[in-house]
Amino acid sequence: MSRVKIYVPRETTAVSIGADEVAVAIAKEAKQRGADIELVRNGSWGACWLEPLVEVLHGETRIAYGNVEPGDVSALFDAGFLEGAAHDKRLGPINEIDYLVSQDRWTFWRCGLIEALSLDDFIAHQGFKALQKAWEIGPDAVVDAVAASGLRGRGGAGFPTGIKWRTVAATDSDQKYIACNADEGDSGTFSDRMLMEGDPFGLIESLAIAGFAVGANRAYIYLRSEYPLTHMILGRALETARAAGWLGENIQGSGFSFDIDLHLGAGSYVCGEETAMLESLEGKKGIVRYKPPLPAIEGLFGKPTVVNNVVTLASVPNIVNLGGERYAGMGVNRSKGTLAFQLAGNVRRGGLVEKSFGITLRDLIEGYGGGTASGRPVKAVQVGGPLGAYLTAAQLDTPLDYEAFIEIGAMLGHGGIVVFDDTVNMAEQARFAMEFCAIESCGKCTPCRIGSTRGVEVIDRMIQGEKRDESYDLLVELCDTMEDASLCAMGGMTPYPVRSVLRHFAEDFAPGDDA
Amino acid sequence: MTDQAIDSNSVAAIIEHFDARPEMLVQILVAVVSRHGWVSEAVIRQLADALNLSRADVHGVVEYYHDFRTSPPGRHIVKVCRAEACQAMGSRALAEHAEKAAADDVTVEPVYCLGNCACAPAVMLNNRTYGRVDAERFDALLAAAREAQS
Repeated sequence: MSRVKIYVPRETTAVSIGADEVAVAIAKEAKQRGADIELVRNGSWGACWLEPLVEVLHGETRIAYGNVEPGDVSALFDAGFLEGAAHDKRLGPINEIDYLVSQDRWTFWRCGLIEALSLDDFIAHQGFKALQKAWEIGPDAVVDAVAASGLRGRGGAGFPTGIKWRTVAATDSDQKYIACNADEGDSGTFSDRMLMEGDPFGLIESLAIAGFAVGANRAYIYLRSEYPLTHMILGRALETARAAGWLGENIQGSGFSFDIDLHLGAGSYVCGEETAMLESLEGKKGIVRYKPPLPAIEGLFGKPTVVNNVVTLASVPNIVNLGGERYAGMGVNRSKGTLAFQLAGNVRRGGLVEKSFGITLRDLIEGYGGGTASGRPVKAVQVGGPLGAYLTAAQLDTPLDYEAFIEIGAMLGHGGIVVFDDTVNMAEQARFAMEFCAIESCGKCTPCRIGSTRGVEVIDRMIQGEKRDESYDLLVELCDTMEDASLCAMGGMTPYPVRSVLRHFAEDFAPGDDA
Repeated sequence: MTDQAIDSNSVAAIIEHFDARPEMLVQILVAVVSRHGWVSEAVIRQLADALNLSRADVHGVVEYYHDFRTSPPGRHIVKVCRAEACQAMGSRALAEHAEKAAADDVTVEPVYCLGNCACAPAVMLNNRTYGRVDAERFDALLAAAREAQS
């Protein structure tokens, strides 16, 4: 029998529930039995509910086994899993798993498919093809393709990427920068992490394309410290790319020089805001800057800077390869292309689902997610992280579209969807929104710094049923002030979840007392 | 890690690794905390001198970021995620359990999202992330970490 390839993800979620132990057990079992195997550490396909998801290459087909535990390994060998044989945990061919094949994988198509840290595997799967095409067509054509795609910032703000790139490209400066925002702090989101862990060379290529398009020779990745495994994987990918001449001076003889520095954050949520991130990259406190000047004009160290989220950047290689129009052909209205939705919290089949815009929350939560993990009814869904509104079960038919969400006082943000069952007390969630803002506020503007603390106090009084009507009015007024007068989204959007609780779940503040 | 003094030679090596560039202050502090677990007043003075910054500047940066502890942690560091996705799966109760289960050798800290939201609740123990953690699994993980270090 020839050598058998076995895939075991090295990705935070899979590893958090035993993937490393499974890999060790497989290697040990194979050695004992004299079986010739090659262990491949891929990224995750995003079906977190099936992790650790092990695949065995049989002929041309990868046969998947789900929720594998170290204790299963011996029985799997007995059952003949090296030939893809039947077992309780056998899911069938990976390319027949409905959760995965029904997705629109534009940005995440290599995630799970390739060995994350193998440059050869990356190149065998179209790696650096888009960068080489960019060199052929020239920087203007790259910016035009991005503009034509309708791609908008996936970090949450939704600003058109093409306009940002064009602005930086048009500046006249001896030094420009790309700053990649990998400070993915919103609860319920992990798409940046999955991309970096599953396709790290893909991000490196994306950054190089961005640098080439706007005339920047240096990029910074600002990675949050809560992702130590990502840090290890990205660090190794950068070293490998540099050693192979895909980073550095005169890349592959193209005449284009470009390099990337990897920086770590230090536990500050606000550093995910672009100007606070730039301050932190300069070695300072992550205090939000006034805008203007825009970072595209005066960004990192005062130089023109493209600040883009990981997923935004990683959407670009296929736009260059396949054309902006192809991307714009997916999605609805002004929300073009795909978004990597992340199903999280109390959901049965949690994971990453990359779909074209326009799918409804119900399709995602019930169709993909299979309802709550607890089996109880859905009470609330928070979309877009800690600054996103809580939606009710009655709002699940809202299509996922930036503008449709704004219309109902909500936002899509980075695409995180956190499901709560009917045991949640929504007054506690409203209180947490204010508390989180108080903990994380950078302190520069008063509405955010003071307003959030006052907000916690007012909500505490409401929960205790104290001066109920007066407190309610005060909280609404406080929300108005924070929304109108805060410097950035931290204070400006903390009222979103709070107001949504007041609007839809007011009964949770003081049971038995009418609002 | 529980020594009250941080070796100044080790800090000097970190500063040198970053060419004593003041714009690398955050990265230098990340490295100091990763190596020593915390930042002392002496380190703040050393950094201010080496990077040609005021002590107030360095102190401000240390105070600003949650990761930069200003007192020595226990032998084990536990971060229980307190953010929404984990709340939806019972992290409030898990955090209480962790506080109770911890002795002097364990520092329990809040963290707001470990990016493991599809397998909540999540806990980071000694820089490694664990998913689907309930009270029982928490106790087992902590016991294993203690055993590994004894």
